[in-house]
Amino acid sequence: MRDALFGTALARLCCGVLLFAGASALLGPLVSPWAFDAVDWDAIDAPPSWTHWFGTDGSGRDLLARTLFGTGVSLFIAFSATAVSCLIGIPFGLVAGYLGGRADLVMMRVVDGLYALPFVLLVILLVALFGRNIHLLFLTLGAVYWLDIARIVRGQTLVVRGEAFVDAARALGATPLRIGLRHIAPNVLGPAAVYITIAVPGVIIAESFISFLGLGVQEPRTSLGMLIADGAREMRSSPWQLAFPACWLAAILCAFTILGDRLRDAVDVVGGRRRSHDERRTAPFNRAPLPLPPVRGAR
Amino acid sequence: MARYLLRRIAFSLVTLWAVVTVAFFLVRAAPGGPFDGERRLPPSVEANLRAAYHLDDPLPRQYGRYLAMLVGGDLGPSFRSKDFSVNELIGRGLPVSLVLGGLAFLLALAAGVGAGTWAACAKDRPRDRLVTIWATLGLALPPIIVAPALVLLFAVGLGWLPAGGHQGARHFVLPVVALALPHAAAFARLARGAVIEVLARPHVLTARAKGLPGRRIVVRHVLPSALLPVVSFAGPAAAALLAGSMVIEQVFSLPGLGRHFVQGALNRDYTLVTGAVIVYAALVLGLNLLADICLVRLDRRASHA
Repeated sequence: MRDALFGTALARLCCGVLLFAGASALLGPLVSPWAFDAVDWDAIDAPPSWTHWFGTDGSGRDLLARTLFGTGVSLFIAFSATAVSCLIGIPFGLVAGYLGGRADLVMMRVVDGLYALPFVLLVILLVALFGRNIHLLFLTLGAVYWLDIARIVRGQTLVVRGEAFVDAARALGATPLRIGLRHIAPNVLGPAAVYITIAVPGVIIAESFISFLGLGVQEPRTSLGMLIADGAREMRSSPWQLAFPACWLAAILCAFTILGDRLRDAVDVVGGRRRSHDERRTAPFNRAPLPLPPVRGAR
Repeated sequence: MARYLLRRIAFSLVTLWAVVTVAFFLVRAAPGGPFDGERRLPPSVEANLRAAYHLDDPLPRQYGRYLAMLVGGDLGPSFRSKDFSVNELIGRGLPVSLVLGGLAFLLALAAGVGAGTWAACAKDRPRDRLVTIWATLGLALPPIIVAPALVLLFAVGLGWLPAGGHQGARHFVLPVVALALPHAAAFARLARGAVIEVLARPHVLTARAKGLPGRRIVVRHVLPSALLPVVSFAGPAAAALLAGSMVIEQVFSLPGLGRHFVQGALNRDYTLVTGAVIVYAALVLGLNLLADICLVRLDRRASHA
């Protein structure tokens, strides 16, 4: 695991990019001379300069400050949506995997059915109808992304359930609740955590997609998707308004994706056997590649 | 086979019905109605409008009326665009989206499978590295970055291609490329992994020992079995291409289905939004069904999964 994060120069670079993005989003607003919504009347649509490193937008707001603020919003939504999806997905997967049999079948049918829904449309519908609300945004995104996590946790639970220590705990008279929480959950969460880091860039993309359509957070607040949408509108006259936020988001997403790939290779365990790199690549994937047998009719 | 097919079709229909129901009640539970304009309408006019569109009926009756209309293939009148029915609006947008999505799908499939196979035949050599890097970038970067970047480079910077509109074939080049790129990358990774795996199988060794030329081995002995995971991904990918075209339509100002959906959602045009969601859902479910049928025809084991 440590090797996957720091093993090569590329991996260290990716870690550095993410640390830098996170730290600048947290600390940037504290040290920046410009607030994200402060207007500099002397620099409307100004190209990059020493006073405004990233230039300014059409209302004279400093683009660096806005990019950092937008990064913070995007990361916040991504992490809270992932937390929401864990709150739903982990218990669901644990229960389904532990109970097994008919209950498992029914619960996984529900997941399959939900996979078939064009979910992003419903998220957009919700956000458009009930107002552009940051809480609603991450709640609904979390409600979409729990499916992947439930599947992974269920698969791991099925593996762990057959281990001898679970039988031993049952023989000692532990209740199912105790077995689930004390014996199975700790062994399931490690691999699940890796897939959670893989889910984060997916949520960032979904959020920026919604913001891009003009349905995300409300002005003057902003997010990376919104900044790119605004920049795309002005790209003929002031290309820097597109270039800086787009490159920033691209760097973050690349770093997440590369690290996620490496982490998955490091922990990709199926049936107690580590799969080779190339073998893993054959697993069908869409949003996040899963270490499970191909499931028909996924999304 | 027939039983499997029937079960899958029934499952898709139930899912579609669930989408219709959720969309119907969601839209009506939202605050704000389709007739809230800049100026408040006189109460009598608003009451008349509501009566004309049957919005003053109890919800269950509205729902029943809507389902009955749907079965007849009618999505109802648009609440906002007064002179148009939803069928007309969607009928105008859908061809644009279908052409865009269809071309992007073909491009993604051809480029992805081609590049993946090409890379797998030279595993760990430079061209394999190149394809792997390209696939990683393509997967990491969403259309909202790629599409504006392509416009900036090829339309604004170099001036080779138009930046928007849909008058001719040239207008579709950039949107199709931008839409196809992430999926081409996904196809490339899948195909590369599968081809590498199949190349290591004994029957390929036999074919090589017989002295068959490399190209023939790949085409006749490797690709048929290596393409199974690609086919199982093709259904969801085709569906995602159609839904993902919303951003592309926005950037390139193409009047497709996605624009109608976003506009309808912003204007609270109940019937238009519900109609667009239903059409999208039907497309997605239909394509997944089609992919499953292809998969079962290629590999009988899949029907027992």
